[in-house]
Amino acid sequence: MATTRTRVSSFSHNVSFLKSSQHPGLKNGPNGTTFISSGISDLDKILGGGFSLGSLVMIMEDAEAPHHMLLLRNFMSQGLLHRQPLLYASPSKDPRAFLGTLPSPGSSKDDTSHKPSHEKDLRIAWQYKKYFGEPQLNINTNNGGHHDYCNDLDLRKPLERHFFTSNNVDCVSIQNSPNLDALKDRCAEFLAQFSRNEGSISSAGRIAIQSFCSPQCKYSDMEWHMLSFIRSLKGMARSSNVVVVVTFPPSLLSPSCSKRLQHMADTLLSVRAIPDEDKELAKLLTGYQDMVGLLNVHKVARLNTQVPVILDATTFSIKLQKRRFLVFECLNQAPVDGSGGSSYGNSGVCSRSTKVGPLDF
Amino acid sequence: MEHQGLNLMDQALGFHSNMTQQPWPLCGRFVLVEDCVDTSGAFVLHHILKRSFTSRPSSAVIFLAFAHPINHYDRVLRKLGCNLSSQRDNGRFFFLDMLMLQCPVEGKPKHDGLATVFEKIERAISELHPENKKFVTVVIDDISCLEVAANGSSNDVLDFLHYCYTLTSENGYALVALNHQDIYSDGERPAFMLEIEYLADILVKVDPLATGLAKDVHGQVMVLNKETQKQQGISSIKVQNFHFKIKENNIEYFYPGTRT
Repeated sequence: MATTRTRVSSFSHNVSFLKSSQHPGLKNGPNGTTFISSGISDLDKILGGGFSLGSLVMIMEDAEAPHHMLLLRNFMSQGLLHRQPLLYASPSKDPRAFLGTLPSPGSSKDDTSHKPSHEKDLRIAWQYKKYFGEPQLNINTNNGGHHDYCNDLDLRKPLERHFFTSNNVDCVSIQNSPNLDALKDRCAEFLAQFSRNEGSISSAGRIAIQSFCSPQCKYSDMEWHMLSFIRSLKGMARSSNVVVVVTFPPSLLSPSCSKRLQHMADTLLSVRAIPDEDKELAKLLTGYQDMVGLLNVHKVARLNTQVPVILDATTFSIKLQKRRFLVFECLNQAPVDGSGGSSYGNSGVCSRSTKVGPLDF
Repeated sequence: MEHQGLNLMDQALGFHSNMTQQPWPLCGRFVLVEDCVDTSGAFVLHHILKRSFTSRPSSAVIFLAFAHPINHYDRVLRKLGCNLSSQRDNGRFFFLDMLMLQCPVEGKPKHDGLATVFEKIERAISELHPENKKFVTVVIDDISCLEVAANGSSNDVLDFLHYCYTLTSENGYALVALNHQDIYSDGERPAFMLEIEYLADILVKVDPLATGLAKDVHGQVMVLNKETQKQQGISSIKVQNFHFKIKENNIEYFYPGTRT
């Protein structure tokens, strides 16, 4: 924890620190940043703490599957549980109806750790040790209740209505807007409440924009207009204590527009469906039957620093534990069939090979 | 401070070990940094910024920021050993915050267009103390955001860059800009990227390693230095390739395979 002391070098330390008991929804990050939880403890772990306040998170959708909605639901619900105001925009006619599908904290899971404990008697071969991770990383305190940084959200249990019937939530439909100016003004109003000053952070907010360039929207062919909207949204968010999550389907945009959006993102994720009954994938991965999709982490926010975040793995499987709790797991490659003819180097999917495999995206 | 060890990037850009006596190698030249989503090239800008301040006592930097606010650069450069706030107080660092700049769409009067941005640069240079006017570096971060601000009008952006280049090359200043080459690589408008590359004197291309991302080596750099000896009319092109690893307070450059 940073402590207050006089500066003796040119390196500045994070002088102000938050007592976590006062702000359960906030956590100190490196380089003077502050994290809020994404609502999914595995994702918080992968990203090194959560989403940084002031950052723009973009999620690339797969047109074939609505997995990005799972991420959005958890994000929005976690914010409401922490009493963080929310602005939600979507191309549906009645965005407020979506709030009824937000998950609620579930009862504590029976087997909370899906990583086996290190037993002295069990000697794990070296090449499989990396799948078990470090035992001390456990952001989730598992107390349940609203005092946790990140709750275990049960997707089958809807959030209690009192969380979103208050003035905390603002919903906007972008289906009939001729352009994004109205949404930009709403976002500007929202962000103005959380503008950052040098003092401690009093509250944080969340903006969730779903499928903002979907073809139902009238402006969906105005690419430069959409790009300038995202750019100004990013600029406004940078100087405020808000996390903005935007999802978009890259397949419905021109490649250069999609690349520009990817560059603008501070944190870039993509979700992808995996086909059912894919025999090839079933052979390659263990636990394939339980997977609903794949998550790829392309970029992690680097605010106030130039050092890139290099993750051990960038592709994770999306699973619903007990069909309720969203978890992300490292991909475990099934043992290679030694009788096969292809060499090990070519059949590896976790390494980058020239052959484009089903997991490369 | 004067005899800092030169690393591979410094050598590739043309820096010499004894900076006070040799001319500033970026005088009148345009350095274009290209990167992609996987590997950011912003560290090259930070490197050049730091070199601008530390190698010459009488240099100034005009920074056009389209991507990040000043707090970000302040923190990053402070860890590299360069205090932007005090440079700003000394009149050697001008930060033009362009994060919210948006040129009006066609038809409306262009009172807020790129021409006013150029005028701001000129005004910032004219406000410089005559002592600090000898070696000025204009930095643009980054060109793709400039395009979005100009509503996609690549002609306006190219004109703006030509104006900046003329200003800097005629006065012996340096122009440094960052652009994302993977936006243009899909063949929609390759001419835009090619024009800027043609204009550039030094091209710094930052790419990920062909084998993917790694913790020890963050990527590879190719520096293409178009050296022209104008008297004889001979132009030679120097190409250098090396790898890099970015740390908080330093950037390490090394030849492939030589990292200990």
